[in-house]
Amino acid sequence: MTDVYDLVIIGGGPAGLAAAVQASELDLRTVLIDEQPAPGGQIYRSVERAERDGLAARLGPNYQRGASLAGAFRACGADYEAGCQVWQAEAAQGGPGQPPRQWTVHFTRDGQSRSVRGRHLLLASGAQERPVPIRGWTLPGVMTVGAAQLLLKSSRMLPEEPVWIAGSGPLPLLYASQLLSLGGRLAGYIDTTPRGRWRAALPHLPGALANAPYLAKGIMLRWTLLRSGVEIQHAEEIEARGTGRLEAVRFRTARGIREEPARVLLLHEGVIPNAHAAMALGCAQRWDEGQQAFRPETDEWAASSVDGLSVAGDAAGIGGARVAEVGGRIAALGAAHRLGRIGEASRDALSMPLRRERGRHARIRPFLDALFRPNRSVLVPPDDVLACRCEEVTVGGIRQAVSLGAVGPNQVKSYTRCGMGPCQGRQCAPTLAQVIADSTGQPVADVGYPRIRPPLKPITLGELATLAGEGAA
Amino acid sequence: MFRKLPDPPRHDRVTVHVDGHAVTVSAGDTAAAAVLASGLPYSRTTTVSGSPRAPYCMMGVCFECLMIVDGDPSRQGCQVIVRDGMRIERQLGGRELLS
Repeated sequence: MTDVYDLVIIGGGPAGLAAAVQASELDLRTVLIDEQPAPGGQIYRSVERAERDGLAARLGPNYQRGASLAGAFRACGADYEAGCQVWQAEAAQGGPGQPPRQWTVHFTRDGQSRSVRGRHLLLASGAQERPVPIRGWTLPGVMTVGAAQLLLKSSRMLPEEPVWIAGSGPLPLLYASQLLSLGGRLAGYIDTTPRGRWRAALPHLPGALANAPYLAKGIMLRWTLLRSGVEIQHAEEIEARGTGRLEAVRFRTARGIREEPARVLLLHEGVIPNAHAAMALGCAQRWDEGQQAFRPETDEWAASSVDGLSVAGDAAGIGGARVAEVGGRIAALGAAHRLGRIGEASRDALSMPLRRERGRHARIRPFLDALFRPNRSVLVPPDDVLACRCEEVTVGGIRQAVSLGAVGPNQVKSYTRCGMGPCQGRQCAPTLAQVIADSTGQPVADVGYPRIRPPLKPITLGELATLAGEGAA
Repeated sequence: MFRKLPDPPRHDRVTVHVDGHAVTVSAGDTAAAAVLASGLPYSRTTTVSGSPRAPYCMMGVCFECLMIVDGDPSRQGCQVIVRDGMRIERQLGGRELLS
């Protein structure tokens, strides 16, 4: 463990891969650590394999773009630690003449722990789907649209029928069209976008028109779905029903309540930053009202409030794959400048075309945020709905803890165990913040998230012990 | 809960054992995908109420796919790549610290 990298990148999606390529072009000694066995993150998951066996072409050019990015990364010369779970990162002061911080990043692979050291740390941990707490969402057979799409990309798997999609946003439309084009069948598509939401989105349309191809793609997907004969309806109060597993989906349309048989129900209400590691490392967080999510505060070079720590891509705020890719490059420029490897003038000059490109891709975002802003019942579900899947705490349980005097998320966690299970709040913290805000009349921004403690991922004592062996070697 | 596309490429085929049943998947698939393809209705039961669960996010953030892989408990099945002969067991209830 004697080597010290200039840049340690966590995450192998568009932001992390592009950052590694940019950093290597600037001769920074770089390592990228990622959970997946191959580059691509979630958006470009398994893209190299899919490109080889022909699946990528059938999933579309936006996905195929990942293959060239993965290729550029493979060729860039950065070290690559694939299939690794990062469980902790620690900062220490550097030696004399060194930048002020040095990071040690601990991770496990195949039951063995290892560590790398670096002068700058970049978190490119991407996005996760917003939790969709509805009645019955823990039943086997209920999963996210993103999960089904990952099974398609990485395992060439389709859900067994009858399949229902219930959600809002671009991803359900995209997945529906991919599923249909590959011979899958949809029993029905429930659009949960509240009626009239387009009126709120309309003022942002001129910006969106700057991203005309993206907009056109959305309209085309919608058209494909309409022409496929799949029943599309606006509905709310989605409920998964069944004993021991999903058997039916129930929902309320303008004409009343319906219940239909279902084997698989796929939910989606947008994505939020996967900022778990950034929060654990103490990055200041900001409430993003438009995206209804917390995100790490970052400056124009992706630097967080913690010295020597940057956050880029969707982990720093949802912008999509193209924005993330450019953001990763800008973060690498910022890190190179901080490390004294490039001057201010060349940093600024190199970033100019990147900023223009990012601006182009980002202009549709306010329109999408306004159009697909989640329904209130997604953010503050009814009292009998489980908020915390791990510890089985209901929304009503959170409200009760608040009424007993718990003043914030950490206290509610102590009272109820909400957020204390294996997922460490990844699935319940957004709901926890919203329900506390709703119960107490505070803004969500003031409520915040429960404190996130190490390890970032569960680790066995046996895995921890392998570190000692490594240090002695 | 899921089935393979009908036109499998010549990926290496891998056989794993899910609760003792042989399941054929592709090299590069995850343990969670193998369980979803196995026909079993759920992949774990919770420690709190014993309610049945199955993989929910497939990207490592929900921890619903905790399973026992080659004797190792509480592995995130969606983050484990299959190996020929891998023994995957559904994780029922809580784990003992010493077992």
